Amino acid sequence: MGNGETTVEKESSTETALDIPWNVVVHNDPVNLMTYVTMVFQRVFGYSKDRAQKHMLEVHQKGRSIVWTGVREPAESYVEQLQAYLLLATLEKAQ
Amino acid sequence: MTVEVTRTDDGLRLARLDLFFVELLRQIPVSADPADSDAARERIYPVATTDPEANEDWRAYVHPELKQFFTTASDMVRVDLEKFEQLDDTNDNWAFEIPAEHFDQWLNVLNQARLALAARFEFQEKEMGQNGPRTIETVRDLSLFQVHFYGFLQECLLQDLAG
Repeated sequence: MGNGETTVEKESSTETALDIPWNVVVHNDPVNLMTYVTMVFQRVFGYSKDRAQKHMLEVHQKGRSIVWTGVREPAESYVEQLQAYLLLATLEKAQ
Repeated sequence: MTVEVTRTDDGLRLARLDLFFVELLRQIPVSADPADSDAARERIYPVATTDPEANEDWRAYVHPELKQFFTTASDMVRVDLEKFEQLDDTNDNWAFEIPAEHFDQWLNVLNQARLALAARFEFQEKEMGQNGPRTIETVRDLSLFQVHFYGFLQECLLQDLAG
C-alpha cells in the first residue's frame, strides 16, 4: 500500500503541472480575411459575434490576441482546431 | 472580364466565366498544395509553441491529422471542379456551381491556396490590402491576382454562411 500512496502523490503533482493555465494565442497574418477570422472564433469557441470581432480586431491591430486560457489539453485541442482553419495559433504558458 | 455570382437553391453559381477564370478556378487545389515550397509548407503546417520538444510532438501527431483534413477538403474541391458547364460555343461563357454542402471545404481550400501563394511569393501586407495588381505581367502578378480572386470567392461564401 505504501507504493500506492507514492503513486497517488505522483498523480497529484502531475495534475498540478497540467493545471497550470495555458493561453491560446492567435497571431496576425496579412492573408486571412477579417470576416473569416471572426467566423472561426465564433465556431471554435462559441463566442458571440461581438466578442469574436473584438479578438479579431486585437489580432489585426496588436498582432496577437489571447483567445482562450485554461488547462493544457483543451488548449492544445483549440490550437489544433484553429490551425485546421489555417489561423496562426500557438500555445503559451499564462503569465 | 466578368464573373457573375448568384445564390441558387443548391449553392453558389459562378457564370459568364471566360477561360482565364476557368483556369484560375482549376488552379485552386494545385495552388493549395504546399509541397513545392518550404515557406508554404511552414505556413500551412505551423508549430504550436516555442519548445522544440513539444514542436517535434506536434509535427509527429498533429500535422498528419491536419494533412488528412486538408487533403480530404482538397479532394472534394477537385471533384467539384470537374463539373464546369460550357453554356455556348464561345469560350467566355462557362458556368460552375459550388454546392452548399461543400462551402466549408471550399473556404478551407481557398484559404490554403491564398496562404500558400502568399508564402511562396512573399506578398507583403500592403499588397494584400490593395485591390490586386493593376496589370498582370509576371507570374508574381498573376499569383497576387489569384490571391485576390480567391479572397473574393471566400467573401461570397462567408456572406452566405453568415445568412
